[in-house]
Amino acid sequence: MHLHDVWFVLIAVLWIGYFFLEGFDFGVGILTKALARDERERRVLINTIGPVWDGNEVWLLTAGGATFAAFPDWYATLFSGFYLALLLILVCLIIRGVAFEYRGKRDDAQWKRNWDHAIFWCSLLPAFLWGVAFGNIVHGTKIDAHMEYVGSFWDLLNAYSLLGGVVTLTLFTFHGAVFTALKTNGEIRDRARALALRVGVVAALAALAFLIWTQAHNGDNWSFAAMVVAVLGLVGALATNQVGREGWAFLLSGVTIVAAVAMLFLTLFPDVMPSSLNPAWSLTVSNASASSYTLGIMTWVAGIMTPVVLIYQGWTYWVFRRRFGVQNMPA
Amino acid sequence: MELALAHETMARWQFGITTVYHFLFVPLTISLSAFVAGLQTAWVRTGREKYFKATKFWGKLFLINMAMGVVTGIVQEFQFGMSWSNYSRFVGDIFGAPLAFEALIAFFFESTFIGLWIFGWDRLPKKLHLASIWMVAIGTTLSAYFILAANSWMQHPVGYELKNGRAQLTDFPKVLFQNTTLVVVFHTITAAFLVGGAFLIGIASYQLRKASRQAAEDREPVKIASMKTSLRLGLVVCLLAGLGTAISGDALGKVMFEQQPMKMAAAEALWDTESPAPFSVFAYGDVARGHNTVEITVPGLLSFLAKGDFTSPVPGINNTNAAEKAKFGDKAPNYEPNIPTTFWAFRWMIGFGMTSFVIAAVGLWLTRRRFWLAPEFRRAGDEVPLFMLTRTRELGPTLTKWAWRGAIWTLAFPLVACSWGWIFTEMGRQPWVVYGLMTTADAVSPGVSIGEQWTSLIVLTLLYGALAVIEVKLMVKYAKAGPTDEEPPRRNPTLGGPPAGSEDADKPFAFAY
Repeated sequence: MHLHDVWFVLIAVLWIGYFFLEGFDFGVGILTKALARDERERRVLINTIGPVWDGNEVWLLTAGGATFAAFPDWYATLFSGFYLALLLILVCLIIRGVAFEYRGKRDDAQWKRNWDHAIFWCSLLPAFLWGVAFGNIVHGTKIDAHMEYVGSFWDLLNAYSLLGGVVTLTLFTFHGAVFTALKTNGEIRDRARALALRVGVVAALAALAFLIWTQAHNGDNWSFAAMVVAVLGLVGALATNQVGREGWAFLLSGVTIVAAVAMLFLTLFPDVMPSSLNPAWSLTVSNASASSYTLGIMTWVAGIMTPVVLIYQGWTYWVFRRRFGVQNMPA
Repeated sequence: MELALAHETMARWQFGITTVYHFLFVPLTISLSAFVAGLQTAWVRTGREKYFKATKFWGKLFLINMAMGVVTGIVQEFQFGMSWSNYSRFVGDIFGAPLAFEALIAFFFESTFIGLWIFGWDRLPKKLHLASIWMVAIGTTLSAYFILAANSWMQHPVGYELKNGRAQLTDFPKVLFQNTTLVVVFHTITAAFLVGGAFLIGIASYQLRKASRQAAEDREPVKIASMKTSLRLGLVVCLLAGLGTAISGDALGKVMFEQQPMKMAAAEALWDTESPAPFSVFAYGDVARGHNTVEITVPGLLSFLAKGDFTSPVPGINNTNAAEKAKFGDKAPNYEPNIPTTFWAFRWMIGFGMTSFVIAAVGLWLTRRRFWLAPEFRRAGDEVPLFMLTRTRELGPTLTKWAWRGAIWTLAFPLVACSWGWIFTEMGRQPWVVYGLMTTADAVSPGVSIGEQWTSLIVLTLLYGALAVIEVKLMVKYAKAGPTDEEPPRRNPTLGGPPAGSEDADKPFAFAY
């Protein structure tokens, strides 16, 4: 296995980690309007992710930095090509982060309402747009012989990628609802479970259609296996959620996200950004990658640091493992 | 050509606006996290309430600031790919690695432990909670190191070879530990503490002046004590950091005279090589004709700054330009940066930075507690300090008023200095993006349209502007409010907080969003 193959896998792992973790962050953000009935419930929701959202978002930054270092051309083509879509995501992530931190800093109903809108929309939009972006990466875009994206913003909004957006949006909302049910107690916990069922069914249908489309477009046996795991995971998550086994439901909705994203990367390999104009112009793990010296150093550092990060991030979840509810919100 | 020029200009404006803006929050995050960690350590070790109050007060301001630093940092991670794709392709093999390590090693560290610190007051035992803010402080400094190593490579590329039209890494330790990196890190970290020290001086002075105007019975000794400690801390740090910034700045200047003579010639508006070279205090130049029309200089000083003696020749702009033309040919129309901007940025950087240093030195003298002070003028730790000029003489009322004002205003000076410092170092490198290897004009994204570039420039500028208003208002609100009435926790919390089912399980958290 060549080092650039290793780094393809590692970048897939970073994106998987990002979607697993910030997936439920986005979901919780969406639930602040879809589930919470009053200010105190909204606070409970925001506080389920309060201590962890920032660390979760670093998975995205690391994926970005690692792509820059390991596949400079992938980084350059992707982010200059999907310029406006990425700008929209960045704007949302900026506003959303500030919203969490500043929302409680003034005792003013209008102030809080404004930040509530910000949290909802700036969770919903990226949750949708990441699906659109990955739909385009996997399906191929108009990339010319010089590795430049020559399509327009509107070219990114095609049926397949929009369906991808619906999948991430509904799947993340489901993931967030299951997470809420796991983290809270009292009435909101029951309502989160009920909502998870409704959203989960929609997510399952959308995901099934999207994954089958993906498999038909460019699948092999491995991607088929990942698809089966994703679908079984989602069915299992729905079933365990229904019988009130929230830990299992969360684990299984996580499995769904892991398997679905893994499937996208499996169908992508060995390309990293296929060209729809001419397959010879596609960016691949070999023509877009950095030198083996750089990849070697990166492998050492990632090999040592990734387990360390997982340990202390995991420990944070353990510290904040306790369920809580409206009664725990300070004045 | 017209369009290409416009594209580069806009991409540069966008990078300049987003990066200078981001760096308003960075130095404060670096220094305030360390101050909060230090103050909390003092509280955990001594149990004195004034340290608890100070920890909470500065901690709150720190978090308001850090939130902005974190979110504006997201743009930094991606905008190389967005607006500078040619640059990214050219340098990715080298520049990407420190960026990736910054995220993997430093960002994870700070963002995970900041969550533990913010929400951990009642879920972590005291010492673990204290450790988490130290982790944040270490994380922020580490992150500065990696990104400065990357920037230093743009200033002075080392440890690479050119292959297939790209720069490829051959020696990573050289990138991490070259002298440019080490000196720049020293300069940036000391500057960050200058910013933080001035921040403490400014806000603590505001609080103390407010207390000095209150009726004696309204004053709260613990809060005054916490602000007085903060003022002293700010003054001492500002003095030391100011000294460190000057020393490291001098070292950096000498490195730059070697590595980028053009930048330093431009900093001095020194058009022609002179020996000995004078330091220019003020200059008004005629760029088109390549000389200054008005100039005030200190003879020989520039030679000293560049080489350590008063006689060495220092190369001028015209000479360096000719030398670079001979070396690099027609890669760029000419090799001069924007001279007036570079010249004035350099002076404003030094001027604003050193003003705070002087104010700190004066402040330390005026607020001294014992040294050469008659006993009747000594003030206890929980009283507003007097401004003592000599053993028995206070500042008069007018001077006292201005002393308080100066102390409050100094808050902004090092921040202004930092901004100009970055503008100087980046503008002074032009027309290069990577010195000697790639021009800025060649670095932009060919695939990004003018419309897209306009959109992002406008959207980001408006967004950053709006957020600045919100942030400053919040800062002012909490800075004016002063330390809160919150009491230190009586019990040492258990790990994870009270267990489910216990009687404390339904109590409100110590903190929630």
